[in-house]
Amino acid sequence: MVRTKQLVKTFKNGDVLTPVLKGIDFAASQGEWVAIMGRSGAGKSTFLYQMSLLDDPTSGEVVIDGHDTHGMSAKEKMQFRLSKFGFVFQDYALLPELTALENVALPLLMQGLPKADAYGRALSAIERADLGHRTGNLPSQLSGGEQQRVSIVRAVAHNPKILFADEPTANLDNDSAKRIMEIFTDLHKAGQTIIMVTHEDQYAKLTQRIVQLDDGRIISEERVKAEPRAN
Amino acid sequence: MVPLNIRVGFFLALRALKRASLWTTGLIVFVMVLTFLNLVVISGILVGLLQGAVDALRTEYTSDVIVSTLSDKSYIENSGNLIALAKELQGVERVTARYIEPSRLEAGYQTRKESDKPDIANALVVGIDPEEEDAISGISNDIIEGEFLEAGDYDKIVLGNYLLKQYILFETPGLATLDNVGIGTKIRLHVGGVAREVTVKGILKSKVDEIALRAFMIDSQFRSIIGRNDGNVDEIAIKIDEETTPEEIRDALVLRGAKQDARVQTFEEAQPQAFKDVISTFNMLGAMFSSIGLVVASVTIFIVIFVNALTRRKYIGILKGIGVNGRAIEYSYVFQSIFYAVIGSAVGLLLVYGFLVPYFAANPIDFPFSDGILVAPYEQTFFRVGLLVVSTVIAGYIPAWMIIRRNTLDSILGRN
Repeated sequence: MVRTKQLVKTFKNGDVLTPVLKGIDFAASQGEWVAIMGRSGAGKSTFLYQMSLLDDPTSGEVVIDGHDTHGMSAKEKMQFRLSKFGFVFQDYALLPELTALENVALPLLMQGLPKADAYGRALSAIERADLGHRTGNLPSQLSGGEQQRVSIVRAVAHNPKILFADEPTANLDNDSAKRIMEIFTDLHKAGQTIIMVTHEDQYAKLTQRIVQLDDGRIISEERVKAEPRAN
Repeated sequence: MVPLNIRVGFFLALRALKRASLWTTGLIVFVMVLTFLNLVVISGILVGLLQGAVDALRTEYTSDVIVSTLSDKSYIENSGNLIALAKELQGVERVTARYIEPSRLEAGYQTRKESDKPDIANALVVGIDPEEEDAISGISNDIIEGEFLEAGDYDKIVLGNYLLKQYILFETPGLATLDNVGIGTKIRLHVGGVAREVTVKGILKSKVDEIALRAFMIDSQFRSIIGRNDGNVDEIAIKIDEETTPEEIRDALVLRGAKQDARVQTFEEAQPQAFKDVISTFNMLGAMFSSIGLVVASVTIFIVIFVNALTRRKYIGILKGIGVNGRAIEYSYVFQSIFYAVIGSAVGLLLVYGFLVPYFAANPIDFPFSDGILVAPYEQTFFRVGLLVVSTVIAGYIPAWMIIRRNTLDSILGRN
């Protein structure tokens, strides 16, 4: 489903070159749930951004669903992100002027669904996440946990091939974080491919595989379990 | 079918506007209203300043069509036929004829010593039928002292205010005025070789020189003073109905040979050249001010949208990140700009046509040479609305385009 080969990312600031990813070979298969861990500055998020086509690698390959993404135009990448990816960000990244329902409906509208269909699908997805009573609320009227749940619903409402999550529980209290991980577990059980950056062991252990990064390289891979299990 | 990017752009714009701070939206709309007023009112007042004078000249002097003496003649020959012809033309409502002679007015001669300087003013004295004249020019409304002429008045005269010292604000070299003359004062009228003592019956105040520098008498009496018994006059003013144009009447008169005996002009053609020059200068000035106003509006919207897009850069990045096309985001800013321009213009239009135009029509600005009004012709105003919207759209699009083309991840992470 996702494969990287000798992935290198070097940031350039004036004459200063900062290598962040130093040749990463990685693969995740369909339906797999992978946790990417590492200390701060190890390159976890940068790695996620390269895989999710939000950023361009300095060199190396990213192959998604059999497509080599090297040489894709910005428009093609955007279309790829829209149709094949879902994103969950650490800070929820909901659009403040859109209600919960509208936030979820937006990617569906962008896919060309008629408004009624987009809203219908968004509504049923929100209701499945027990947020049916919050559809008309703006993000500022939701708790952090609720915002992150809306963010997950938005990410998966259009049935993406891969769900990328960047520290989805970092800003949440324990209860909310557990609730989010339950949703991820359910999604995984339903066959969703998930690649998640986290620094929390307890949540990483819920996944199937933990990939440890340090200094821009994969230093270890640990298969946690064959089947996911709710916490 | 509306393209997807436009639909999504509209969706985003609508929500952004709906949930924007009321104060911020109000402030932007307020700036747009001011810009609109700057576009329309400044130039409108400038043009209106002259338009007031043009309107007054038409109302009080030329009417819609004016027939005057040829430059090489002393009066309009065959005036009687011409007047009869004018009255028969379809669309003509009223006709008034004027006898005009250069005259000398003398005051204070009763008490003047031989060594004293005579109190003299030169004026064009006009013999009129007061009823016909007033029906066309309404100059009886300009009476500020005494009364207007009536049929049967004998040895009575009405003076324009520029002939009297007390009504001159600033001394004008070469302009002699009468001193200590008021209602009931006897003055002496010298026309050709004839001198006649007349009594001041009224004083007119007008900002039209052709009225303010003239004196008026009953036509039958004036005709006998100047010794013209053939009925030929010096000026004929023609008032027409609303369905007829001045050009139609002019052309009809010319077609029937009026040009042989007189000069036939529409009110526009009769305007002094200096007037026309000033109007075109003011139009140019108005266009210049409008252009500056347009640039100010564009810069304002540019700054507003730029700051808005800059502060929302993270969200623009997120939109792009989740797959929303950059075009759709650009359209959302374009729609927002259109909203500000259209609402600003709509409020401006309401102010201009609902309040300012009627207000200035009822309370003209009292300029020394005219009663200034606000001129805002619909076609020009809507053209300016169009200009404002177009420049606002461009000014809104450019900053949105600048922010949107930045790297998606940099926008999401707030990196420069």
